[in-house]
Amino acid sequence: MFTIPNFAPAAPEMFVLGMACVVLLVDIFSAKEKQGQWAYILTQVTLIGAMLLTLRLASYSTVVTFNDTFLLDPLATVLKIFIYITAFVALLYSRAYVAEREIPNGEYYVLCLFSILGMMVLVSAGNFLTLYLGLELLSLPLYALVALQRDSALGSEAAMKYFVMGAMASGMLLYGLSMIYGASKSLDINQIATYVASKPMQQDMVFVFALVFVVAGIAFKLGAVPFHMWAPDVYDGSPTSVTLFIGSAPKIAVLGMAIRLLVGTLPSLHIQWEQLLIIVALLSMVLGNFVAIMQKNIKRMLAYSSIAHMGYMLLGVLSGIAAGYAAATFYIITYALMSMGAFGMIVLLSRAGFEAENIEDFRGLNARNPWLALMMLILMFSMAGIPPTVGFFAKLGVLEALISVHLVWLAALALLFAVVGAYYYIRVVKVMYFDEPEKIEPVTTTKDMQLAISVNCLAVLALGLFPSGLINLCRVAFAS
Amino acid sequence: MIPLSNYLIVAAIVFGLSLAGIIINRKNIIILLMCIELMLLAVNINFVAFSSYLRDNTGEVFVFFILTVAAAEAAIGLAILMVLFRKRETINVEEIDSLKG
Repeated sequence: MFTIPNFAPAAPEMFVLGMACVVLLVDIFSAKEKQGQWAYILTQVTLIGAMLLTLRLASYSTVVTFNDTFLLDPLATVLKIFIYITAFVALLYSRAYVAEREIPNGEYYVLCLFSILGMMVLVSAGNFLTLYLGLELLSLPLYALVALQRDSALGSEAAMKYFVMGAMASGMLLYGLSMIYGASKSLDINQIATYVASKPMQQDMVFVFALVFVVAGIAFKLGAVPFHMWAPDVYDGSPTSVTLFIGSAPKIAVLGMAIRLLVGTLPSLHIQWEQLLIIVALLSMVLGNFVAIMQKNIKRMLAYSSIAHMGYMLLGVLSGIAAGYAAATFYIITYALMSMGAFGMIVLLSRAGFEAENIEDFRGLNARNPWLALMMLILMFSMAGIPPTVGFFAKLGVLEALISVHLVWLAALALLFAVVGAYYYIRVVKVMYFDEPEKIEPVTTTKDMQLAISVNCLAVLALGLFPSGLINLCRVAFAS
Repeated sequence: MIPLSNYLIVAAIVFGLSLAGIIINRKNIIILLMCIELMLLAVNINFVAFSSYLRDNTGEVFVFFILTVAAAEAAIGLAILMVLFRKRETINVEEIDSLKG
């Protein structure tokens, strides 16, 4: 018999969907010279509205609806809140950037909103079907966003690479999911988890086979080695405002997907996925950190740094304990914050016709604008993991989780590569403070951008001084 | 009746061919797009075979969703290809290499 499902838990999703359509219509009917303005305001209002709805629905218990395909638990709530915050700040930074360049204004915001909707569905997925649809809804607008600057040859090339790699990742993930379906006769995450737990060990082969594809799919989407090839090209080729978006909010959502698939669906195969993730994490840390040293382009450098950071984040996931998952969540949230700040800084220094893409462009920034140089210093120290910034506590959390599950050797290696990583972050600081600037004219910025970047960077510092609130929030997500 | 394993082997071969096509192909981006479609079709074979074997129709429902998403994906892929071709006037994979390092 058909019963009407409970729509309330999905209220934020429905609100964002409705508003995305409204933004699309408003943009079509608004005057040419005003184009983008209304779209921008409505998009930000949508994010605030979705935030309020999510906060209103937040509770410590798990609510399921739509025949168990959609679930709202503390993890989904926490991840969604930070997806809204990062998306809000990312759009704040990109507003001027998008307006100055030949990027279709309204479409930019609509595509961002649809991508955010995909992220929300993804972190709330209780079934492989919703998980897949959420993932595709996340990715498809991103491919289009990368290609949105139509006069840029690099942008379309990056979009093509991103598209091919992303579609391949979805294909691999789906192949793994089809195998799990065949072996367990269910697409429901909880039903599969109970089924796998009740099975004798020798029949696990199909699940292990499927697991390889699932982990490959996750690694692709996160941009972790050996499936990282797209990350530097996409970060480099897309407009910086899009890079800013790709490098922040989707990472949070993909962590949600990884936790749903590995911890939610296949917890009894922890030993198998732990081994796979150890390889992925180690390779990511080695390759990300060493190749980043050689980069001259700061967007490429940050891309390799993101690969290394994803390796560190996976350390928390592979530990297989609630504290580890909480540490991984803390890591990804703070990473999104730092990466947003760093790309925001690039957006700030760029203007129409000039992209501050090379590390050389940061030369002598201290002489040109001491405040921005100080903000960048905080970000770079945080990425390197130097106290008292938040990056230190993020790394501390994942290493603590590793040590508590007796993977001390892995923690030691991770620490070693963090030292390697510190080199290229501190090089940026050196370039800013100790090199002579090529041009002496001071960097001028608009008031709101300056405020946004200051709040972002000071938040990195403040969370480093008082991290307990955010750590507790992440622990709550895994309390049940 | 054809055993389940035959379907799975066909699906695995198709999947392997599409993966090889994406990795080995150095000539034409359209072939890349075809390989991506082929990959999703291999997954569909898997789902339909399991669905019929297990007498459970959720797998078939999933196939409809995959087909729909694949169509949307192909549309975006071809749109990106158009933009790329207008700018570069080539669809040769080897010539699209300005991003590296």
